[in-house]
This record gives sequence, C-alpha cells and structure tokens, in this order.
Amino acid sequence: MSQHDSHAVSHANDHGDVKSYVIGFVLSVILTVIPFWMVMEGDFSKGTTIWSIVTLGLVQIWVHLKYFLHLNFVTEDGRASTFSFLFSALIIFMVVGLSVWIIYESNAMMMY
Amino acid sequence: MSSVATDMHHDHDHEHHENNNVFGFWVYLMTDCLLFASFFATYAVLFMNTAGGVSGKDIFELDFVAVETAALLLSSITFGFAMIAAHKQNKGGTLLWLAVTWVFGAVFIGMEIYEFHHLIVHGNGPDTSAFLTAFFSLVGLHGLHVTSGLIWMTILIIEVMRRGLPDKTVTRLSCLSLFWHFLDIVWICVFTVVYLMGAL
Repeated sequence: MSQHDSHAVSHANDHGDVKSYVIGFVLSVILTVIPFWMVMEGDFSKGTTIWSIVTLGLVQIWVHLKYFLHLNFVTEDGRASTFSFLFSALIIFMVVGLSVWIIYESNAMMMY
Repeated sequence: MSSVATDMHHDHDHEHHENNNVFGFWVYLMTDCLLFASFFATYAVLFMNTAGGVSGKDIFELDFVAVETAALLLSSITFGFAMIAAHKQNKGGTLLWLAVTWVFGAVFIGMEIYEFHHLIVHGNGPDTSAFLTAFFSLVGLHGLHVTSGLIWMTILIIEVMRRGLPDKTVTRLSCLSLFWHFLDIVWICVFTVVYLMGAL
C-alpha cells in the first residue's frame, strides 16, 4: 500500500495538477507584465531596465521549468531531465555568451 | 498470484518504456535549444547593423507583442489542463482543452504573419539589413516551430477523437506538451532580448 502511495505521489509530481499550473500561470503573468510595463511606461534608467528585464526573464524561465515542464531533483526521470537541461544551459551560455563577448571586443578594437 | 506479479512487472516495464520515449524527446528539445541559441547569438551580433535602415525602436510595437505573449501564455496553461484531463482518461475534456490551445496558438501565428507582412510591405523585409535578416530568422524560426506544433496538435486531436486515450496516445500528448511549453520558454527569451531590449 505504501509503495502504491509513493507511486501516486511521484506520478503527480511528474504530470502536475491544476494547482501547480495555476500557480505557474499567475507567476508568469506577473513576471511578464512587470518587464513590459517597465519598458512601455516605466521611467527608469536604461541600465536598470535591462538588468531588471533580464533577471525577470530568467526567473520566468525557472517558473516555466518548474511548474509547466515539472523539472525536479526528486524523481528519477525528473533528475535525468533536469541534468540534461543544465548541461544544455552550460553549452548555451558558452555559445551565446562567449560569441557575443568575442564579437563585441573585436568590434571595440576596430573602432578605437 | 504469480500472474498478478507478472502483470505488475509488465506494467512497470511498460511505464518505464514510455518514460524513456518522453525523455528521448526531451533530449531532442535540448538540441533544439542549441539551434535557437545559435540564432540568438547571431541576432545579438548583428542587431546593430541596420545599414542606415530602421532599427528595433522604429518597428517594434510592444502592445501588439504583449497580446501575442498573452495568447502563447494562455495556450500553455490550457495545454496543461488538456494533459490533466488526458491522465484522467477524460476524452471530452482533453479534446476541449486541446481545441482551446490550438485556437490560442493560431491567434499567435496569425498575429506574427500579420506583423511580418506589415514589415515587408513597408519595405522592411529580411533583405533590407543584417538586423532585419537576423530578426526574421530568429522570430520566424520560433514561428515555424509553433506552426509545426499546431499541425502536430491537429493530428493528435484526430487521433484522440478516433482512438480515445490509450497509453501510446497519452505518451504522444506528453511529448507535444513538452514541445509546446518549451516554445513558450523560447518566446520569453525572444520578447525579452528582441522586443523589450530592442524598444529601449
């Protein structure tokens, strides 16, 4: 019986329930409205705005991964998905971050 | 008793096999992430090269993009409800929520086609500058993914209508659900990096 219960729990973790989707949705709406408002209506400096919208975007990605894609460190499948995602995130950081760094540096050297 | 044990063992194997299918699809999505990442890197490198033409500030209409974002976000939660209904073997609910998701996805794609058409007829097509080439490629790549998601969803709606919700169909729905939520994550990056930063 207890084994059956734990199976049901892990099942719920993998697929999510109405509550987790609604929490994820409400958080996403908040995290979408704030950056749009900051750029459209907000009277902030450019630097503040850029750092804020990038941070809010990263938080929203985390919300989607947790509440919609159900990534976790608890179940075996969740762990496999999470680690393959983290590996991709590392590669993406290298592809995008380092390319941008190299090109902008070479651009700066050509200009001055 | 022994037959029950065999059945349970069989069920477990079966479930494991399905999880493997979904995990395999997830690994494909991670490689798709890399494709998007290289398009983002290209956009980040080229977006200032407007060749004397328009820049993001001139062409991006944020209230329009906000509605597109809302459509995609709503389609994410309605797909979630479709999956909950599918796991409960609720055929009617699954079909209803899939249809709602499809409509929101179609609204998103319709708006994107309108935006692209609007830009091209005003002389701001992808051949105008490196910035516009990178913009059309990145946003268009996401749009193509959403379009294939819509085609896939149409096929699965027909499958559910005809066959109901056997395990195989639920596995297919799980893969499409990953694909759909994944595209929403890519759109978060698109509206933050392309539209919001471009409009600053």
